[in-house]
Amino acid sequence: MSAPQETEAAREMPAPGDAPRKLVNRPAPADRVFRVGSTGVGLFVLVLFGAIGFMLALSAVPTFRRYGWSFFTEHDWQPERDQVGMSEVLLGTFLVAFVALVVAFPLALTSALYISEYAPAKLRGALVAVVDLMAAVPSIVFGLWGLFMLAPYLQDVAHWIHQNLGFIPIFDVDTDPNAPLLELSKYTGSVFIAGVAVAMMAIPIACSVMREVFAQAPIGEREAALALGATRWGMVRTVVLPFGRGGIIGGTMLALGRALGETVAVLLIIQPIFDLKIKILEGGGITVSSLIANRFGEATSMQLSALLTAGLVLFVITVIINTIASVIVSRSRSGAATEI
Amino acid sequence: MTDVLPKTAPLPRTTLPREQPHAQPQPAPVAPPPGPPPADKPRDLRSRTIDDRASVIGAACGSLALSWLMYTQVLLLSGLTGFLISWYVVFVLIYAAVTAVGNPWPVVKDRVASAMLHAGAALVGLCLVLTVVYTAVRGAPALPHVNFYTKDMSGVPGDAPLDQGGILHAIVGSLIEVAISIAVSLPLGIVTAVYMTEVGGRLSRIVRTMVEAMTAVPDILAGLFVYTTLIVAFNFPKSGFAAGLAISVTMVPIIARAADVVLRVVPGGLREAGLALGASQVQVVFRVVLPTALPGLATALILAVARGIGETAPVLLTSGASTFLNWDPLHYTMNSLPLYIFTAVRSGQPDYITRGFGAAVVLLVLVLVLFAVTRWLARPRVGRR
Amino acid sequence: MTHAAETQQFPTQGDFVPPGGYPPPPPPPQYAPTAAFAAPIADRPQPASLDARAISAWFGTRKVLDRVSLTMQAGEVTALIGPSGCGKSTFLRILNRMHELVPSAQLAGEVLLDGQDIYAAGRRITEARRDIGMVFQKPNPFPTMSIYNNVIAGLKLTGKRAGRAEKDYLVEECLTKAGLWREVADRLNQPGGALSGGQQQRLCIARSLAVRPRILLMDEPCSALDPTSTRVIEETISELAAEVTIIIVTHNMQQANRVSDQCAFFLAEQGQPGVIVEYGPTEAMFGDPQDPRTADYVHGRFG
Repeated sequence: MSAPQETEAAREMPAPGDAPRKLVNRPAPADRVFRVGSTGVGLFVLVLFGAIGFMLALSAVPTFRRYGWSFFTEHDWQPERDQVGMSEVLLGTFLVAFVALVVAFPLALTSALYISEYAPAKLRGALVAVVDLMAAVPSIVFGLWGLFMLAPYLQDVAHWIHQNLGFIPIFDVDTDPNAPLLELSKYTGSVFIAGVAVAMMAIPIACSVMREVFAQAPIGEREAALALGATRWGMVRTVVLPFGRGGIIGGTMLALGRALGETVAVLLIIQPIFDLKIKILEGGGITVSSLIANRFGEATSMQLSALLTAGLVLFVITVIINTIASVIVSRSRSGAATEI
Repeated sequence: MTDVLPKTAPLPRTTLPREQPHAQPQPAPVAPPPGPPPADKPRDLRSRTIDDRASVIGAACGSLALSWLMYTQVLLLSGLTGFLISWYVVFVLIYAAVTAVGNPWPVVKDRVASAMLHAGAALVGLCLVLTVVYTAVRGAPALPHVNFYTKDMSGVPGDAPLDQGGILHAIVGSLIEVAISIAVSLPLGIVTAVYMTEVGGRLSRIVRTMVEAMTAVPDILAGLFVYTTLIVAFNFPKSGFAAGLAISVTMVPIIARAADVVLRVVPGGLREAGLALGASQVQVVFRVVLPTALPGLATALILAVARGIGETAPVLLTSGASTFLNWDPLHYTMNSLPLYIFTAVRSGQPDYITRGFGAAVVLLVLVLVLFAVTRWLARPRVGRR
Repeated sequence: MTHAAETQQFPTQGDFVPPGGYPPPPPPPQYAPTAAFAAPIADRPQPASLDARAISAWFGTRKVLDRVSLTMQAGEVTALIGPSGCGKSTFLRILNRMHELVPSAQLAGEVLLDGQDIYAAGRRITEARRDIGMVFQKPNPFPTMSIYNNVIAGLKLTGKRAGRAEKDYLVEECLTKAGLWREVADRLNQPGGALSGGQQQRLCIARSLAVRPRILLMDEPCSALDPTSTRVIEETISELAAEVTIIIVTHNMQQANRVSDQCAFFLAEQGQPGVIVEYGPTEAMFGDPQDPRTADYVHGRFG
């Protein structure tokens, strides 16, 4: 509309046919089959996963009806005595995940920074592959390693921590650390050892997410920092770490989700005990997934319902954590770019 | 005078009339230094001085001596782990102090950070190597026996010597279960990914969110789901088929998500080019999009298989542990490698544990082979790193 | 070098002159002179000369520069001109050791900063870069930092400690020199990424000045900017020339003519590494080029 008169005219009386036209697109039959078919499969997957949540929720109803809120406060799990509660199971799950994160976070962060910033360029591809490979190592292999190789070492470590930091409640163990006849068995099968083994599975997840985000830190700002005379670490502090904050948080949360749900390594290592305690160095503890793996076989329908309820709680927690984590990661990947 | 450098064939003169040359000579500053041209060899750019190297070595030696003195002579401690840790801590401190003598503060921080990052990465690498090596060493006694690969454990007591029985039933079981889970999850996963990228719409966003959330849902819940529905509710026997279904529940989201990423990378221009030629959407998807993404899709599948074959928790609940070779996934219990390892190491009998480690080596090798195939497939086009 | 391929990249911005000519330059900023400002700063480094000797550069096995020698006088503006791909940006990046950030990059020769080789084994790479600042083609302020913190980022990165008053003074001084102070004085705490492209580039200049470099390298600093911002930056360059040696890479012939004292013309023949075809005072280079290729290039016949 270059001429003003035309504009006026158009404003006064809209020309016929100026309204958006309805576009009719009659897809070919094959296209229609394709769309309907793939939508059907998508729906099926949606329903399948919905069914898992729904089934867990449905099975939880009798348990909640019977035990009510005491299901969350009671710590013992003795269905045969009609005592069922999740407080220790949940506490144990979070303690294992906590230990795993305390170990995994610094190692994953340093490894990710090393691979993306410090490793020689020729090695980088190989190191990325090694981290991916580490994620593919079956958890039972890490479980074996934790149980047979790591546990004896970690007992000594646990004993040392108990001796020197035992005054802190979580490092306390119900024995005399300086006794002449040391009760090392007190330190076996602890939350601490299980947590360290689980950390081996959490590290590659956190590391690969962090590394991907670090690698996307814009080259312009990296060079700007270096051109000001920054050391490599100075550049990492000013550019890479602020840029990768979303990846650090998101990757850690994804690792937390993995640590909360890990079954076999924990099942192999930990001694199932249902005492409500936070002494992570002392033998004994339980997590939701190892509880399910331990008890599903002998369960009656009521007990199975209780196990399913525990599964539901774990399901809800991990889904929430994973969803938040993936939102954080995807946002940090897309939004932080500094295009003018 | 301006051309100090060797000139190759000069460009032809253009029509610009040449004016008079400069009346004055060029100022001195731009004159090249006299003498023969210097050697034209690349320089070594690693700006490490003798001082730098000496600081590292000196700090390492000094800290070794000091921590040994403190550790064994003054504090009277023992234990290799503790010694190594204190050596490292003392090393970082001495290194920082030595650097601080002749360098500004940022350099000190840089050196300390570098020392810690290298240590962290090395520790992770060490753990991975130890895991693999330890498994291999513990499993080594079982591996040379041929019967380990060709026999099953039927009629063989757990404490029998290593020249009896084997893990054939577990290998076969693992392969059958993974085959079933591929048959189920490959079409589901790929078609879901195609739906999410090619069809789209609001529903597809819900599906994508769901798939992302499901990728990290604990694997035991997949087993529990199949156990309660198939085995408890429908009275289906514990079998390879049930285990395969449980593994597929964990594999579908992995495949769907990885394939989704791969399909989204396919340039939109390719699709438009196909449509502009008058092709229907089906033809574009099957002739253009999927072939373009094929290496990536194969990678997605194999990564999922590597994960699936090592899954223990779902199998634990659904397949039951047999000791005999069973080719029929629909009837009778069926063993698998992870489950075999699990029962073996829990038995407490040394030979049985060794068999478990041997099975773990076989499992690791399977995963490694799958992984190598993945890398090889991803190499030509999709490897964007 | 095919001429057809190069013509598209011939820059046009910066040639724009408003109908009534340029408005008069902005008056000097009005601010209360602080005690620190009034005091002469004795330890302020003087501009240095930079002497590149027989610089060759490789990317992998491909040689991109062949024994290029150039002396850049203290306190002068040297412009590096030439068509794309002739190695002038590589040469510039060699001058403050940014070249070696690229894996597989190699070089030969030496770069003397007041007679001392910055590539000598005993020299810290960070010292060389602190003395020889750089402004990039694309503005790259730190997005997570405020304008204020962007200016003093170099202090933190090089480990210089400064009091609050000192920092305030430095921020004001550097932003004033970069011609940005009046525009941002009342919003120093806003993020640096929120400024316009031209303002961001001037912020980057201020950030480089704050570490008190003796040389300032500029890699096509105006190629991503509009004509008005370009003019402001050119004025800034002219004002800065007295206190810091400036070396600027530009595709814009008029810009090179306007701002530089010395000029060097780089050219890479087809398949050959880049060399300096001609160098000398800018006036002579533009008014009376000795080499026909220079004449063709500065008169816009190719490139």
